[in-house]
Amino acid sequence: MFDESTIAHQVREFIMSNFLYGQERLLLDTDSFLGEGIVDSTGVLQLVAFLEETYGIAVPDEDLTPENLDSINSVSAYLCRKTNVLVGDAAVSGAATRGNV
Amino acid sequence: MSTCSSLSPEVLRLDAGKEAERIEASIRELVFRQLKRKGAVVGVSGGIDSAVVTALCTRALGKERVVALFTPEADSSPESLRLGRLLAESLGVRSALEDISSILKAARCYERRDESIRKAVPEYGDGYKSKIVLPGLGEANQYALFSIIVQSPAGDTRRVRLTPPAYLGIVAATNFKQRTRKMMEYHYADLLQYAVAGTPNRLEYDQGFFVKNGDGAADFKPIAHLYKSQVYQLAAYLGVPEEIQRRPPTTDTYSLEQSQEEFYFSLPLDKMDLCLYGWNHGIPAAALTSSLGMEEEQVQRMYGIIESKRAAARYLRSAPLLVQKVEGIADTQFAGE
Repeated sequence: MFDESTIAHQVREFIMSNFLYGQERLLLDTDSFLGEGIVDSTGVLQLVAFLEETYGIAVPDEDLTPENLDSINSVSAYLCRKTNVLVGDAAVSGAATRGNV
Repeated sequence: MSTCSSLSPEVLRLDAGKEAERIEASIRELVFRQLKRKGAVVGVSGGIDSAVVTALCTRALGKERVVALFTPEADSSPESLRLGRLLAESLGVRSALEDISSILKAARCYERRDESIRKAVPEYGDGYKSKIVLPGLGEANQYALFSIIVQSPAGDTRRVRLTPPAYLGIVAATNFKQRTRKMMEYHYADLLQYAVAGTPNRLEYDQGFFVKNGDGAADFKPIAHLYKSQVYQLAAYLGVPEEIQRRPPTTDTYSLEQSQEEFYFSLPLDKMDLCLYGWNHGIPAAALTSSLGMEEEQVQRMYGIIESKRAAARYLRSAPLLVQKVEGIADTQFAGE
């Protein structure tokens, strides 16, 4: 069972270890993965595979949108919807939930 | 030009005679004086780009100083070799044929590719054909992820979205093809003290539609500044055989026929040309809608895709990086740059 904070944490860990390679940079929960050059199209493929394997969901083609997949917040919100986790304001509002990474 | 009005494809119209003359002078300068080589080897695919490069090299250097190299393999269309020969005959240049299938088999290119395909399509085996594809630029703002289309020996086809290991495995295996071809081109270049001509057009060079150290490797790239439609204009001016001018651009890499549009660009190449021109010149998306027959939002999305692919292609274009400058050696890239 996943809760919203666990999901956001796991997504952040995935992005950090697979695309930022431990760089000392600030990654906002609202930062655009593509816009900031963090993830390219192969990276989106890897992100989708991570979500499907980790959370046991299927991401259909119609869900492959920036609204669902382009930031820690959007991915967390999408996963919460897919896994029926109740969403609290802090997790998806982008309320300065910064991680100094 | 006003950016408020509609952008016409006419912006890509060039004076083919003048442009050919300019490129030919540049080829002579690059090959003879800068590279100090005696001629040029061109890998000829039967497509328009390599045909135009071969024709330009022939006019610039003389037909006795150009070799057209054909490198078919098991998945190549027989048309590629036939059209390549047609080109060489029409220009009167020497040619050489090197079937690279046995080298690819020895490197387990086909085996590795099929093993990777089976990660997505377990039944894939003898008699099956395949290609990897991207979805076209649809109405919705969706990410374009690679899928594989497989055709069974009975002719049934199905499409499966690729997992990262399957996608990366297929690409890593098929990239043997372009790298083996380049190895052969340099073999002939070494034999003859020639330079290797690269054949990318602007779309390919800018957007990273090439294999690093494969078709991306060359000593000079004489049409890398030309949009695809400009390559066609030069082809007509240079008298490239009609059949080659009419042939739809193909990757000729997978066992199923695969267009460049479905493999990489997501748009027909004439539309891609105009989008790239518009993006390069800061032209608002709204000015392209009537020429392209697309919504403003779609053009805007293409602008985003162009920038994203351009960024991803930096790695492909990058020469080996050094920790610091090496004294006495010019033209090096190092970590401080």
